[in-house]
Parts: sequence; structure tokens; C-alpha cells
Amino acid sequence: MSAEAFHIEVASDMVAAVASDAEPLPEIVVETRGLDTWYGDFQALRKVNLSAAKGRITAIIGPSGCGKSTLLRAINRMNDLVPGYRTSGEILLEGVPAPTDPAGVIALRRRVGMLFQRPNPFPMSIFDNVAYGLRLERRRSRRDLEEPVERALQRAGLWEEVKDRLERSALGLSGGQQQRLCLARSLAVEPQVILMDEPTSSLDPIATLRVEELMREFRDEVTIIIVTHNMQQAARVSDVTAFMLMGEGRAGELVEINRTRELFNRPQDRRTEDYITGRFG
Amino acid sequence: MTAQAGVDVPVVRPRGRATRWLGGDGAFRVVVTACSAVVLVTIVAMVIFLLVQGFDAMRHYGFFSFLTTARWAPSEATATSASPNPYGILQFIYGTLITSLIAMILAVPVAVSVALYITNFAPLRLRRGLSSLVDLLAAVPSVVYGFWGIFALLPALKPIGGFLASTLGKVPVIGVAFSGPYFGYSYFAAGVVLAIMVLPIIAAVCREIFATTAGSWKEAATALGATRWEVAMVAVYRPSRTGILGASILGLGRALGETIAVTMVIGNFVLSINKSILGQGATMSSVIANEFTEAVEPFHLQALFVVGFWLLVVALVVNIIARRIVAAQAAL
Ligand SMILES: Nc1ncnc2c1ncn2[C@@H]1O[C@H](COP(=O)(O)OP(=O)(O)O)[C@@H](O)[C@H]1O
Ligand SMILES: [Mg+2]
Repeated sequence: MSAEAFHIEVASDMVAAVASDAEPLPEIVVETRGLDTWYGDFQALRKVNLSAAKGRITAIIGPSGCGKSTLLRAINRMNDLVPGYRTSGEILLEGVPAPTDPAGVIALRRRVGMLFQRPNPFPMSIFDNVAYGLRLERRRSRRDLEEPVERALQRAGLWEEVKDRLERSALGLSGGQQQRLCLARSLAVEPQVILMDEPTSSLDPIATLRVEELMREFRDEVTIIIVTHNMQQAARVSDVTAFMLMGEGRAGELVEINRTRELFNRPQDRRTEDYITGRFG
Repeated sequence: MTAQAGVDVPVVRPRGRATRWLGGDGAFRVVVTACSAVVLVTIVAMVIFLLVQGFDAMRHYGFFSFLTTARWAPSEATATSASPNPYGILQFIYGTLITSLIAMILAVPVAVSVALYITNFAPLRLRRGLSSLVDLLAAVPSVVYGFWGIFALLPALKPIGGFLASTLGKVPVIGVAFSGPYFGYSYFAAGVVLAIMVLPIIAAVCREIFATTAGSWKEAATALGATRWEVAMVAVYRPSRTGILGASILGLGRALGETIAVTMVIGNFVLSINKSILGQGATMSSVIANEFTEAVEPFHLQALFVVGFWLLVVALVVNIIARRIVAAQAAL
């Protein structure tokens, strides 16, 4: 009896162990290895190792100025446009080094969408906003676009609200609707990753919750990396959280990255603990 | 452009009001109101002045007879005969409008391109220098443009004029507007000189618009995988278009009134409307500049005041129409 019980115990233990190991064996979509970035002489990031897995929402938290935006904008190479910006280290997309040549970078940005702090819809109709990225790919008839535009708006939870006024200017929408429109605009080109830089910081609480809900809805299809300086938000929406802090010479460093619950409940690093308990920043 | 995107902007809070002296508001209002009144009074006074000065000629020949005749022949004027009116000015109105039109057609696309290039494509080190260079065009005095026009531009335009005459000039219907021969002095030459003169005005305003309004759209476009060219096109989206139109109107105002440079290259042909832009003609301002010092025939000087009056009317009307268009665009 006891031997049998023992046996079962071991078995269930093993099952548990296997489950936690194999449980969504995370497929890393975005990864940085030893990433350094400089604005001129100022080093903004030092040896950052970030990885974001498919089907998970990765949040990046940390005090203002610690390089969160810089990290995001290094991934889709938006920072390449900043004069004096340099980078070293590796950025991998699905395990492959991200391209650096102009054509490659443009292709990269089609796979990696971005949502900004302030909603920035184009001053055109709602339809044309969503169709923008699709039209960049190739010329298409309006008829060809209707279906993907509707799908993107559906996914962004905006379809019901705007289906009767697709031809109206996007600038007439509320802030929250505008941000969801920007989301639809990104989703329309079917990116693998969406980078979000404090996407709700200019929205009211209800609009914020709406966006968070949506993120949970499509996180299985799109890998999401969200920068937020709101820790509650990170705790609410993300599966994995990375904590960044300014190190020596004010260069941003990634202090700790872990499952969100772990990071908030059992921070490994003293600095993380100070930050999340409000003793800091 | 996108450089500042990640940087948080500090919020400026108004300081407490209660303790401040508010009398300044009233004084300021009086001053600005007075200044605006001066502007209005000046315009009205100018119109009245021109009407009064031209009154004798208008009474003698009839108010509208100036507009229905396209022949300006002071030597045929007598103190007694009122008809036909030897001071017809329709050809001058035509000259003013056609030269300005040519100038806008040539200058607006170039100015917009220049502004786009400076704000989107030029290497950073060159941007400032290029901007100053374009601004410098605006600092060249009119008479220098005129001189340069006669001795450098006219010869240079010869082949172009000849080409237009032998190609477009042969096309039915529109051919009239381009029929040769082409000798140099012409509406066309005046339009080209005007184009160069208004270019810096339009380019400078467009540059400001492109540099300021479109930053967040450019980011959005870039992030969606737009090429550099596609990103630059964001700058000419509808809201900017209103600005481009406004800039063009500013340039148009300059073109309508410009006198010396035009007078030097337009040929000053006053006897009829030359239908071809390759032919010689005159504008309202050029005829005034040419003749006011030697206006000796009966009603000659008064007739020039009539020209001045209509020049003012044309300028005001064009401005009002243009403003309407801008307002309509902005409301879209
Ligand atoms: N375009 C830029 N040029 C120069 N320095 C920059 C630029 N953008 C950001 N920085 C600097 O890099 C550091 C990190 O900025 P950022 O990534 O925006 O931080 P965060 O998003 O965490 O607030 C800051 O010190 C900031 O001043
Ligand atoms: Mg930031």
C-alpha cells in the first residue's frame, strides 16, 4: 500500500514537473542579447537581454527615463531615424537577426507593429486609416480592402461603433476610439509583434480597460510587448514582466524579468522589490 | 523630428491670477483695436483716394467702359470725345492674372518639393544651409530680378519658348495660348521671373508646415513600414494642404502686385490682349510704373488712377476668393 502510494506520489510529482516545464513551451519571438544603445555619447541602454514569447504579454516597467521607450524603438528600429543613434548587440526575431538594411528594416516594421503614447490616426477617413498599411503593400481595389479592414476593426473592438461611418474623419473619434483605431491599423497588416509604448497613458480608465481587454483577446495571435509606468496595469494584463532601472551613468539596464506574478510577489532583486513596494522611483 | 517623441513634456501651469494687475488687459485691448482700425482706415482711404483721383476720367468715359475695352492709346485721347474710350484696361487685368497664374503653376510644385526635400530628405548638415539659401532668394531686390531677367533669363528662355511655340502652339484650341513667334519679352518671361520671386515665400511657409504639423503621423507611417518617400507624403495630407494653399496665396499676393521686375521683361505692349503667353503684354502695375511720370494726354493720369483702383480691387477679390477656398478646405 505504502509503496504504491509512494509510487503514485512520485508519478504525480513528475507529471507536475513535466507540465510546468512543457506548459506552453514558450516560443521566443523577440529577443535582445547584450543590447547597447547610444544617443550620441550618452549610453541609454546597457547589456539588455529581453525575450518575449508568443502567446504572452510582456510588460516593461521602470521609472521614467530608464530607457523603456528606447528599448521598444530599438526593436522596430524607429530609433534609426534619430541622428547620432547607435546600437550594438543582437536583436533577434524568431531567432533570426533582425535586418539592418533599409529594405529589410521596412519589411521588419511590417512584422512588428507599434502603438504610441498618444493616439496618432492619420487625418483621413476611418477606412483609409485601417487600409493604410495594406495599401503600402500593393495597390488594391476598395472591394479587396473591405474584408481585411472589417476584420481588423473587429479585432480592435471598434467595428460596431464605426461601421456606419467608415468614411468619416478618424479625428472625430474619441481618444479611446482613436487608440483602438490605431490598433486596428497595426493589426490590419497581420504583424507578429505589436510594441506598445504606454498606449493608455492618455486614455480615461474605462477606455484603458477596453484596450487591456483587447490585448488579452488577441495575445495568442500576436506577441505583445507593452511599456507602462503603471505597475497595476502590468500586473493586470501581462504574463511576464521586465523591470528596468537606470544604472551607472544613467544607462538603462534590465534588472529582472520573470513571470508577472513571481516578479510582483517574490522579486529576486532588491531593487525590484524597492520599486514595486514604492520605496523608490 | 521624431527625436523628441519619447521625451515627456513638462506641463506649464498658469500662475495665480488674483494678485495680478489686470489693467494691462484693457490698455492692451485699446492699443490693438486702434492698430487694427488704422489698417482698415488706410485701405478705405486708399480706395477713396484712387476713386477721387480717377473721378474725372470715369465721369468722362463712363465707369465701366474701362473694363470693356482692351486698347490703351493715350495719344488718341481728346478732351471732348468720350467714345471710344482710349484707356481700355482689360488687357492689363488679363496680363496681371495670366502672369500670376503662370508664376503659381511654376512656383507651387517647386516650392512644395523644395520644402519636402529640406524637411525630409536633405542630410541634416545641409538643412539649415539650404533653408537660408532659399530665404536669400526673397532678399534679392526686384530690380535685380528684372535686370537678371533681361540679360540672363530671356536668352535662356528662348529655346523653351521656341519649343512651346512649335509643339503646344500647333495643337488645336489651346494652341492659341502658345502661338509664336517668340522673341523673349513676354507674359511667359514675366511669369517665370515672378515664379522665382514667389518661390521662397511659398517654400518658407511650407517648410514650417512640414516640419511641425506632421510629426506624429510620420511616426505612425514609419512604424507601419512606409518608405522614406511614403513617410514624406504624410506631410501633404489634407490639413497640410490647407497650409500649402495659404502659403500659395501669400505668394500670389506678391505676384499680383510685383511691378519693376515684370515691367522689365513683359514687353509693355498695351494696344490689345495678346492671347499667346509667348507674346508681349503689360500688367496693371507695369503700365502705371511706365507711364505715370509722362502722363501728358487728356485724362491720362486720371486713367492711370483708374488702373490703380482696379488693381486694388483685383488684388482684394483674389485674396477673398483664395481665403474662401482655404476656409472651405480647413472645414473638411
Ligand atoms: N531622441 C533622443 N535623443 C537623445 N536622448 C534621448 C532621446 N530619446 C530618449 N533619450 C534619453 O534616453 C533616456 C531614456 O529615454 P526613454 O527611452 O524615453 O525612457 P523611458 O521611456 O523609460 O521614459 C533618457 O535619458 C532620455 O533623455
Ligand atoms: Mg517612454
